[in-house]
Amino acid sequence: MMDTTISLEEEELVYARPKALTRDETHYCPGCTHGVAHRLIAEVIDELGIAPRTIGVAPVGCAVFAYNYFDLDFAEAAHGRASAMATGIKRALPDRIVFTYQGDGDLASIGIAEVTHAAARGENITVIFINNAIYGMTGGQMAPTSLIGQKTSSSPYGRDVETMGMPIKMAEMLAGMAGASYVVRRSLHNVKEINRAKKAIKIAFETQMNGMGFSMVELLSSCPTNWGLPPEESLKWIEGHMIPYYPVGDYKVMSSG
Amino acid sequence: MKQLLKGNEAIAEAAVRAGCDSYFGYPITPQTELLEYMARRMPDLKRAFLQAESEVAAINMVYGAACAGVRVMTSSSSPGISLMMEGISYIFASEVPVVLVDVMRGGPGLGNIAPSQSDYFQVVKGGGHGDYHPLVLAPATVQEAIDLTYESFDLAENYRTVVVILLDGCIGQMMEPAELPPMRDMSKRPTPTWALRGKENRDKHNIITSIYLVPEVEEEYNRQLQRKLAEIQLNEVRYREYFTEDADYLVVGFGTSGRVALTAMKQARARGMKVGLLRPISLYPFPTQRLEELARQVKGMLVVEMNAGQMIEDVRLAANGRVPVRFYGRMGGVVPLPDEVLKEVGEMISVGEETKHIRLDLQNELGEWNAVDDLEVEEEWR
Repeated sequence: MMDTTISLEEEELVYARPKALTRDETHYCPGCTHGVAHRLIAEVIDELGIAPRTIGVAPVGCAVFAYNYFDLDFAEAAHGRASAMATGIKRALPDRIVFTYQGDGDLASIGIAEVTHAAARGENITVIFINNAIYGMTGGQMAPTSLIGQKTSSSPYGRDVETMGMPIKMAEMLAGMAGASYVVRRSLHNVKEINRAKKAIKIAFETQMNGMGFSMVELLSSCPTNWGLPPEESLKWIEGHMIPYYPVGDYKVMSSG
Repeated sequence: MKQLLKGNEAIAEAAVRAGCDSYFGYPITPQTELLEYMARRMPDLKRAFLQAESEVAAINMVYGAACAGVRVMTSSSSPGISLMMEGISYIFASEVPVVLVDVMRGGPGLGNIAPSQSDYFQVVKGGGHGDYHPLVLAPATVQEAIDLTYESFDLAENYRTVVVILLDGCIGQMMEPAELPPMRDMSKRPTPTWALRGKENRDKHNIITSIYLVPEVEEEYNRQLQRKLAEIQLNEVRYREYFTEDADYLVVGFGTSGRVALTAMKQARARGMKVGLLRPISLYPFPTQRLEELARQVKGMLVVEMNAGQMIEDVRLAANGRVPVRFYGRMGGVVPLPDEVLKEVGEMISVGEETKHIRLDLQNELGEWNAVDDLEVEEEWR
């Protein structure tokens, strides 16, 4: 009889699910970068060892169920109010780490007052801002960050700046707030940029841990479904269309010294 | 020891002594003294105070702090409460405890800053979207405002719901002798198990949300919320009665209207009129059962409000056609005078007893008024 046992040698673990993520399958569309953003945040939280004292606030938008995917205490805010809700949590529990995860409709349209005042106050919270230039959850309407000429279901002839105004550059705008300590824009369209995004997310959380005030990382993200593009072309669209208008970079970096 | 206290400030101090840990608000007359008081008092006690950028932000900060499991409140007045309605719906749906003070002013629109009760519908019937009611308590004196505020934090926590202290600018602005309760020691208060504090040592993460996409799941969740409301209806009805034992007629009024009506009751009794007063303190739950009983005892009811007739709908539901229910209201920030209520009581009794003497006697004493014609009233009864 043949010996069928296989001896397994201990191998080096190079890739594992971050502890700060649950084992739930996400509902995100194929090719969407929400999953990447979730993973980066979870890796950072694991590396900083702050999961037991971190509270997240989910938005209204595609990431409404983010609380199911992060193995962290989580609140689900009303549309646009995540920064206000995070403020309430942080003021009640100043020693906890509090972050919001908000899309462009949530943060840059209906919630622009709340995030702007949170930044102006130097609220010691971290905001992860997913900018994919479209409303995903409601099915592809124009966002405040939709590009000039961009066709969406509510701008079928393309975004006309005469009637619909110019896209809002949130990182540039919030960097102008005196209370903001760390405001940067990153992109999720390739590995190099993803690695840079992770570093920025880590600095943002560290900014909060050091009590330095408001931090925000804007992440240029894809929405293949509502852009009507295959996933790979979507990533190229970020690079070719979004980055020229939304340059990746550091808009405000205060040192802890 | 009694002190001379202003309503808004007395409510603020009562909240502080009840263990309110965080306050978020936005200035609006006639409640601003409450916010100003908190602005001084809360930092002194190393508790959280923040003047938000709007009522929209304030209620969501309150929502956040409530999720964190601390005792939290906000205060506002009518237009500001309108802005908070979305948040109140979310807070109710998420079952986190919040205390909200609404010092009503004249409306609709920007209205004015004078005392009014025209937001009864808005607050008592829900106001935000979805099937819900906050627990609504309506004080008529500064002392009652203190006592109800002090208790409201316990009620909010026990039921994990929104408790609204609903008053008008009169009670908010006036000074009366009143006694404050002792400062509560909150150091031994256990952290609620549902609160968001970071996972700490728990196996499972806590989530506070109000979205249930599957209709049957949302329906079941609604049933759970309705069971809670039923429990509140069973346990938390509050009202005060005056001169009702032998009353043939009943006046119903809450808050300042109830207080004005009480003065009118005393004057009516001095004239031998057999009239009583029921002053609802809890507007939700409404004292429906007691009004049903009184509808079997009396021949007619008069509802007095500082609005166009809002609570009267609940009184009529309770009376269920057994007796005619009349209405007397002033609007736009006008407070009714006891004489006006007395005349309406005289009118009610004149119609009920089919005699004009009572009305004529009052006319001689207090002067003419635009009494409703008997026939008109009778038609209204049908």
